[in-house]
Amino acid sequence: MKIALRELVRRPSRFIAATGILTLISLLLMFLGGLADGLIAQSTNAIEAQRGDLLVFSTASRNSFVRSRIDSSLREAITSVPGVTEVGGLGVAQLGARVPGNGPRDLADVALFGYEIAPRGVPSSPPDGQAYADSSLKADGVRKGQTILLGPARTPVEIIGFVSETNYSGQGSLWASLTTWRTALRANRPQEQLGDDVVQALVVNVDGAAHAAAQLIDTTTGATSSLTVREAIDEVGGVRAQRNTFNSIIGVTGFIALVVIALFFTLLTVERTALYGVLKAIGARSRTLFAGLALQAVVVTIIASIIAGGLGLILDAVIPAGSVPYQLSASRIVTSVVLLLFAAIVGSSFSLRRVLKIDPASAIGSTS
Amino acid sequence: MSTTNVAVDLALRMEAVRKVYRVGDSEIVALDHADLTVAPGEIVALVGPSGSGKTTLCSIAGGILSATSGRVVVGGTDISDFSSKELTAFRQSTVGFVFQSVNLVPFLTARENLLVVDELGRRTGSAARKRADAILGELGIADRANNLPSQLSGGQRQRVAIGRALMNEPRLVLFDEPTSALDTKLGEQVMTVIRNEMKNRGIAAIVVTHDERNTRYCDRTVHIVDGRLEGTSSH
Repeated sequence: MKIALRELVRRPSRFIAATGILTLISLLLMFLGGLADGLIAQSTNAIEAQRGDLLVFSTASRNSFVRSRIDSSLREAITSVPGVTEVGGLGVAQLGARVPGNGPRDLADVALFGYEIAPRGVPSSPPDGQAYADSSLKADGVRKGQTILLGPARTPVEIIGFVSETNYSGQGSLWASLTTWRTALRANRPQEQLGDDVVQALVVNVDGAAHAAAQLIDTTTGATSSLTVREAIDEVGGVRAQRNTFNSIIGVTGFIALVVIALFFTLLTVERTALYGVLKAIGARSRTLFAGLALQAVVVTIIASIIAGGLGLILDAVIPAGSVPYQLSASRIVTSVVLLLFAAIVGSSFSLRRVLKIDPASAIGSTS
Repeated sequence: MSTTNVAVDLALRMEAVRKVYRVGDSEIVALDHADLTVAPGEIVALVGPSGSGKTTLCSIAGGILSATSGRVVVGGTDISDFSSKELTAFRQSTVGFVFQSVNLVPFLTARENLLVVDELGRRTGSAARKRADAILGELGIADRANNLPSQLSGGQRQRVAIGRALMNEPRLVLFDEPTSALDTKLGEQVMTVIRNEMKNRGIAAIVVTHDERNTRYCDRTVHIVDGRLEGTSSH
């Protein structure tokens, strides 16, 4: 092991090519992951921020806010299910907003939420006619104290403050009372026939395991589809497809890293055949030699990951907010590093067979 | 490791050792019923033409190859039936090697090249460091302890290789053409170092050589032709 580390320190030039390539691959992994996270966050932050164990939709809605309807009798049935401790209505309407100071056709896309249980980072429900706006709407000219006009009916809503990271379906969100939401929806989507006691979904808190409670609610009511927040996020349009697409690209990139590491360390092993023969002749075990090789692969990968992590964070800081949905989190960096380390260990293990095959007799020349 | 009392006084005893290589359907006899004994402190020159079986004999004596048949006892340990794993441990503890093309680890200093033996084997730490310094001193290259092999002359490199072979306090050291890469003067210096070190430490040695001039530094010369040990002459 010491020998392997000394080689890294004293002959860094031998590892520069591999470190460079792995840095680029690692950066690509982090960038792809950051894009996936940013893109998905833009669609799902509003759901992720919900302070609830479950989101309950009506059965026929196929877990879509637009199609789901829960009236007061169904809400009562859910509230009375054993283990349910808190229930809050939730509704959303996606509309175009006219912002003072913008041109008449320069609409800001907004998702107006009506809520009862305040999501994380959002104050309790404001008075009717007022709303908190997601800070991303500042890029559309939305300011505190303004009254913006929602939809073709131009329903007025006064902005009383900003919240952050609550986007929904790629749109900046507005957080208002259920009454404000119903008023805007009735005015702009009159065909939706929304009753005073109707919401689209319920945020539900329970005692005990969420999955068991979800099953109990759905069995008891016979008219609901209860999802954990994580499951509800996957039901947001396009999220599952986006995640699968990015995961596939990340998987292929990880595989490329594995092949690069395998090729590099196989070449290195071939180059070291004579040296390994000598070391075996003086008592080195194949296990020891392979461990040194794997250690070098891990160290090179860690160095590449550190450089790539730094570059990724610089990229995160440099990309203007709102231009590219790029969001590099610590967990994404860790996931990328773990994936690369796995590739390093598996990739370097392709050299194991070669190390095992090296004959110590090769150290003292051919048979004579 | 099994030990036998019969050969305990000898550094090496080879009895009717045979090594056969199979190439396709044919067999090549590299070593044919070789009998050889080497006493502690004795230096034996093994002389023979290319392909005569010198390296095979050395490899079997050093536990690098296993004999097809016959008995090999080194320092009282019968290694004839050792597994590959047991042979690796045996090489770590009992024999030393000096190879034809020096083969030092190029990115380690002279001192670290000696310490490799300890890192691969007993891991005695500071004791090994003291021993390495002492050996380098005895070999006259203490001042080059922190030099890389590329910063050493051919003779100095061969001295480091000899030092590495002595690190595990071996019972037997095998020298494979130790002067073939050196000019005459350096070759003589290296052979003198070998003789002095072996004699001072009472370690047995087999020196494989093409060069008859090297035999005068040895106690006896054994000739090998076509895998058979033939004449022995004492000096």
